[in-house]
Formats: sequence, C-alpha cells, structure tokens
Amino acid sequence: MDHAAFILGSWIGTAVAVIAYAAWVLRRGRALSKHASTEEKPWT
Amino acid sequence: MSSVKSRRTIVVAVARKDLSIEWNSRILTNQVAPFAAIVMVMFAFALDNEGILQRVAPGLMWLATLFSMLIVVQRSFTVESADGALDALRVAGVDTGAIFVGKSLALMVQLFVLEVLLLATAVVLYGVEMTAVGLLEAFVTMVVATAGLGCVGTLYGGLAAGAKGRETLLPLLLLPVVAPVLIGATRATEAAFGSGGTAVSEGWPWIGLLAVFAVIFAVAGTVAFGPLVDE
Amino acid sequence: MTPNSGTGTSATRRLGVLVIVLVISLALFGLQFSAEDVVQGSTVRIMYVHVPSIWTAYIAFFLTAVCSGVYLSRRQRSLAWDRVAGASAEIGVLFVAVSLVTGSLWGRLTWGTYWVWDARLTSTAFLFITYVGYLAVRRLDGTHRQRARRSSVMALLAVLEIPLVHFSVNLWRSLHQDASVADPNAKVKLDGLMLFSLFLGLVTFTLLFVWLVLHRQRTMLLEDSFADRGLDVAIAERRNEAGVQ
Repeated sequence: MDHAAFILGSWIGTAVAVIAYAAWVLRRGRALSKHASTEEKPWT
Repeated sequence: MSSVKSRRTIVVAVARKDLSIEWNSRILTNQVAPFAAIVMVMFAFALDNEGILQRVAPGLMWLATLFSMLIVVQRSFTVESADGALDALRVAGVDTGAIFVGKSLALMVQLFVLEVLLLATAVVLYGVEMTAVGLLEAFVTMVVATAGLGCVGTLYGGLAAGAKGRETLLPLLLLPVVAPVLIGATRATEAAFGSGGTAVSEGWPWIGLLAVFAVIFAVAGTVAFGPLVDE
Repeated sequence: MTPNSGTGTSATRRLGVLVIVLVISLALFGLQFSAEDVVQGSTVRIMYVHVPSIWTAYIAFFLTAVCSGVYLSRRQRSLAWDRVAGASAEIGVLFVAVSLVTGSLWGRLTWGTYWVWDARLTSTAFLFITYVGYLAVRRLDGTHRQRARRSSVMALLAVLEIPLVHFSVNLWRSLHQDASVADPNAKVKLDGLMLFSLFLGLVTFTLLFVWLVLHRQRTMLLEDSFADRGLDVAIAERRNEAGVQ
C-alpha cells in the first residue's frame, strides 16, 4: 500500500483521539458516581 | 408612543454615560490610540518594504482596529461590572435592548475615532494616496464596518462581562466572528486606496457585505443581549 | 446491576458493543476489502475516517443548536437540554479536530500541501475555533442556569455566524483565483464496495457519537450535582485514583 504512513497515521490518530476521550469520560463518570447517591443518577 | 420615547431616552443616556466616562478618563486618546499607532509602526518593521506596505496597508489598518477594539470593549464592560452599574440598570427594569443599543453607539463612536486616526497613520506612514471618490469610499466603509463591529463587540463583551478569565476569552470569541468584517473592510479599503491597481468601483459590493453583517448583528444583539447579561 | 457501573446502562453497553463491532468491520472494509481509487490510489482510504468525522461534527453542532433553542424556548427551562448541548459540542470539537488533521494528511498526499486557503477548509477552521470558544464560555464562573443561558445564546449566535463566515470566505476566495482547489471527493469515483465502506463509516461514527453523548451528558449531570453539594470534582477523582474512599 502506498503512503501507508499517512493512511495508517490518520486511522490510528482518529482511533487514539476517540479512545482517549471515551476513556476520560468513562473514568470520570465512574469516579464521580462512586460518590453520588441514586437520586443523582436517574439512569440507574 | 411613550415607550418608544423612553427607550430613546435610555439609549441616549447609556451612550452619553459611556462616552463621558471615556472622555474623563482619556483612556482612548492616551492609551488605546498610541497602542494602535505603535502597532502600525511595528508592522512596518516586520514587513520592511515600502512596496509591500503600500499594498497591504488596508489589511494592517483593519487588523490594528480589531486589536484596539478588544481593549476598548474590555474597558467598556470593566466600567460596568466594577461598580455594578449594569446590574443596577437591570434591577431597575431598564430594557436591555435599549442598553445594548446605547452601549453599541458609544463603542461605535470610539471605534470611529480610532479608525480615522489609523487611516491618517496609514496615509502618512505607508504612503497611501487616495482620490476624492476613494476617500468617500473609505469613509463609507469605516461607517458601515464600525456599525457591525460596535454591535458584535457589545454583544460578546456583555457575554464575557463579570466572569473570571474574560480578558483572555474575549479575543477568542470575538475575532472569529469579526472575520467577515476584516475581509469586507479590507477589500473595500483596498479599492479606496487603489492598492494593487484595484478600481474604486470594486469596493462597493464589499460594503454591501459589511452592511448585511451590521444589520444581522444589530438585530441579534438587541434580542440576545438581555438573556446574556441577565442575572 | 453492579453497585458502581459509572455512567453506563445495559442499553449503552449494548450500543458500545455494536460500535466496537462496527469499528472493526469499518477497518476491514476501509483498509482491506475496498478497492483503491483509479485516480487517488490508496490515499482514498483516508476518506473513510475523514468524511464520517466531519459528518459527525456537523450532526453534533446541529444538535447543540437545537438543544440550546429548546432550552431557551421552554418556559420550564430544563438543564438536561443544556447538558446535551454541551456534551454534543464537546464531541463535535473532537471530531472537527480529527477531520482537520486527517484532511490535512489527505491534502498532503493529493494536493501536495497540508493546507490550502480554500473556502471550505478555512470555514471549517473557523467552525473549530468558534466551538472551542463555546466550550470556554461553558467553563466561565457562575451558576448552572447562568452557564446554560450564556452558552445557549452562544450556540444560537454561532448558527448566525457560521454561514456569514462561510459566505464571506467564499467571496474572498472566489475573487482571488490563485488557489482554486477541486473538491477531493469529486475526483473519487466510488464503486459499490467503496460506497458501502463510506456508508459504514457514517453509520459507525454516528452511533459512536450517540454513545459518547449519552455518557458525557450523564457525567455532566454528576459534575453539576457535585458542584451543588460544594464538592470538588477534581479532588473526588484524584481520591478515587489513589484508591481512598
């Protein structure tokens, strides 16, 4: 495959950005919900 | 009828108050205008070529205007939030739309004074030469562009007023919004200066763009200013 | 359900699994099964992440505007709308950033430069800056209501601003003909499998967006109620990382 560095770079870059953001959101949510009451978590 | 009249009274009172504060403090003439002038001189250092300077003079003039505008807007709302004047007016039930128009008018007057000074600086420092029609076009450009800038500046200045970290936030919010003004005013002024062989007649459509911008944000500002500064 | 499942529910977990499956198949189709383009060769494979990410960003900002409008127009102003607007804008900013980066990589391959002063590129950059500003407004001091009102007005102003900027940048470019850049997608002739891969990309990214918004707005709800109780979110988080209750 030509230009593999650019193509894989854009795919991997996208994946890293999205996964990093998702991981941050999940970790934050988990950390906060540990200290939250059930009323503060209407989705449960 | 009486509400229209009282509205006009508020507009005039707010504008006059802002301008008289400005007049007494002399910040515009003693600090902002020299800042704008030094920016123009620094541009000359950076570009270091008379031909290029003459070519890009309109863009530099408007960039210097935008930078100075950030300071003037900041100042216009520091005055308000420092003594809680804006809150006092709101509590008194004064129409926020009228406050918006009044503050915008005061800002426009200050900006216009600055632009005239910058135009003179460009003529002197960058060797710009204008025809009579070109001068008229530059004048109309300044009036219409200033109308838009005054409205946008007041709207976003009000948004950031009274919050921590607003000094750094205002440029981030304001500069992307005024990009159309920079584009339109620069092109129109290029036509007025005749830089790069542009004909004077090429400038008028850009003034149309500036007018559209001014109308949109005058309406949006009158509607949105209340919710923004509320509470 | 486990005592601490964070911001997840069985629905988001199912959606999450689906997204993972879709991402893997997108990688297979985009990088392996689909053919190379006649003109662009293998570089067309960047399209399968680039186009879906800008698509997602547009959806995100549209959702932000709609939620902000609903927030302001309802008599009973519900902060839930504001949180969805904020979550959506945050994710939109992420995806615009992704599309700008992948776009400039693609541009380097097809145009030979990372950036051209093309109207669409320039207004996308403005879109990015505008919503970065929106997120900064959300972080200003004040009550939740103040934040909601300020940011909703900001989001609606952005709806005014973006077309104006796009229009004037277009005018600016059309009068300066020196950099006329053809639309990269126009040069691509998509065959069936390529079209399918692109479509798969759009679906995958959209579902990914939905999953992210669901989690993020719940996290925001927790952040808000923590702030109401006067607790510092950062301290709670750090304590959690250290394993202290």
